[in-house]
Amino acid sequence: MNRNLAQVLVRSAQEVPNREAVILQQREGDLPIQFGELVQGALRYAQAFQRAGIKPDEPVILILQHGRELIESFLGALLHGSIPAIMPFLTEKLSPDRYRESLQALITISEPGALVTYTEFLGEAKAAADAGSSVRSILLSSEIPQEGSLETTELPGLQRSPEDLALLQHSSGTTGLQKGVALSNRSVLNQIDSYKAAIGMTSEDVVVSWLPLYHDMGLIAGFIMPIMLRSKLVLMSPFDWVRAPYRMLRAVSDYQGTLSWLPNFAYNFCSQKIRDRDLEGVDLSSWRAVINCSEPMRNDSHERFYQRFKEYGLDKQALATCYAMAENVFAVTQGGFGTPLLIDSIDREQLSREGRAVPCSEGKQLLRLVSAGKPIQNTQVRIVDEQGNQVTDRIVGEIALQGDCLLSGYYHREDLTRKAFLDGWYLTGDLGYQVSGELFVTGRRKEIIIVGGKNVYPQDLEYLVADVPGVHPGRVVVFGLFNEELGTEEIVLVAEVDDDDQEVRVGIAREIRSVVAQGTDVAVRYVETVDPGWLIKTSSGKIARGANRDQYLQIKAGNQ
Amino acid sequence: MEQIETIASFISREILKDPARKLGMDELLISSGLIDSFSLVDLALFIEDQFGVRIEDTDLNVDTFDSLTELSALVERRSGSDS
Repeated sequence: MNRNLAQVLVRSAQEVPNREAVILQQREGDLPIQFGELVQGALRYAQAFQRAGIKPDEPVILILQHGRELIESFLGALLHGSIPAIMPFLTEKLSPDRYRESLQALITISEPGALVTYTEFLGEAKAAADAGSSVRSILLSSEIPQEGSLETTELPGLQRSPEDLALLQHSSGTTGLQKGVALSNRSVLNQIDSYKAAIGMTSEDVVVSWLPLYHDMGLIAGFIMPIMLRSKLVLMSPFDWVRAPYRMLRAVSDYQGTLSWLPNFAYNFCSQKIRDRDLEGVDLSSWRAVINCSEPMRNDSHERFYQRFKEYGLDKQALATCYAMAENVFAVTQGGFGTPLLIDSIDREQLSREGRAVPCSEGKQLLRLVSAGKPIQNTQVRIVDEQGNQVTDRIVGEIALQGDCLLSGYYHREDLTRKAFLDGWYLTGDLGYQVSGELFVTGRRKEIIIVGGKNVYPQDLEYLVADVPGVHPGRVVVFGLFNEELGTEEIVLVAEVDDDDQEVRVGIAREIRSVVAQGTDVAVRYVETVDPGWLIKTSSGKIARGANRDQYLQIKAGNQ
Repeated sequence: MEQIETIASFISREILKDPARKLGMDELLISSGLIDSFSLVDLALFIEDQFGVRIEDTDLNVDTFDSLTELSALVERRSGSDS
């Protein structure tokens, strides 16, 4: 029985050194990496952490682009027994000042002993890890020498006990970076066991992924799980994929890919933006599951995807769904394996007014929801009302979890950890209902927006925009609206502005867009400037996001 | 010039959803965050359809795709090589 991730990794290097672990798809061509080489590469980092005096159980932050150094440094941290956390790398559009603030937020809360980055980024890393911070060493990926072998190196990671932390998982933005999901070796191994059983995954599977590794879906399904199960992983960068979505399909065809995970928007994106000429000769018949996960799942998106790619061998049975979150390592439920995906046709009006999912066969109120499936083994799901009492089937409430792969806590955030649990159940902040064990996710209580599978905290955007000249301080609201065409949420920002000159307002709106674009990794789709007094506040004086969203929608509907 | 205006108006109208927005010839489009990465393919597909040229996905980066001037030069180059 494996007690920790390092043991699994070392065993693979010893037992199947020549087996292909990862095919890294790069601009220069495909780079196959065998288990032996992969672990040898990771060993370099483990030794570097050792030399730098990084203690086991101490976090290390990896500030690297999607690629070989990132995966090897991550695995190296596991071998050393330190706790890796990935910080999304600075992109060309981001303002360095804002990026530094985010990095500092991450460093302050997680107290890493080391950062790993590139020589070019050393100045920035030093500036963020200034005097007084926990960082004792900044390791440069170009200066990690190769020395010693697996047999001659002492690896503290092998001694980690199951309850010791394996890794930290963050979502992006200042708020997300201060809320690291701490996962133990036991939780990660339990997740892999249970999820493997749910999808029948074996070492014969070939996973094709373009998902970023700083996100739970990319980190677990698109990296750690295939590596631990010795399934081949064909990995491309999200930057390359977004510019050429056909590359994923070609990779499935070239490597007989069997499994992929995608956020809902990617189904629409692929259906709309790939030309026939780029699909010549592509054969998708090896794809046994394409799993929709990490943002609201739409039947319509599946339908578009299937219609677009069926002539290339896509099997309708391959369309699957999953409800997942970093707090449960990854998967909570899985749907569409063995049985076709369940679609529940319900009355939209009764759902929104009464919080009940009432079956309905036709009419304009018909809403077709895709099931997220049933819980994976050893994870229990229940729906609770505001008092925490379990409700019956078809009643909407908050989704709560119990099980053997839950988080150990939010790292160094006892306050948040306490708030997240009620009577031993983890409260997800998502809303849904159950029918005979099948879970349907209908919305969320927590105030996050999910754009293209990425969690965005509205308060981060509201904070950024408060400094824009002409905007009424503290009088800004951000919320999400689902766009059916794109298959994801779009961000709306409403700001109160004193000046009623139209030209001035247009200028302010443009400045708002630019500030958000350079301060975050998302874009605002609609910016609305309104008169003072427009925004609705709660009795305690806070901006009420839900009420303002409703008001915005009513005004838009009235204008049409 | 007409070519540039066609591209500029597509960007303002379809990508920025701000038809009145006037883009400067050398205004940075990608590195400023004005055009987000999800819209790059749309822009490439539009240019291909409109001008009958081929845009490679490796073209969609800040070196060749970051301003109207660069976009226009790219279209010129590609039209030339086709003939």
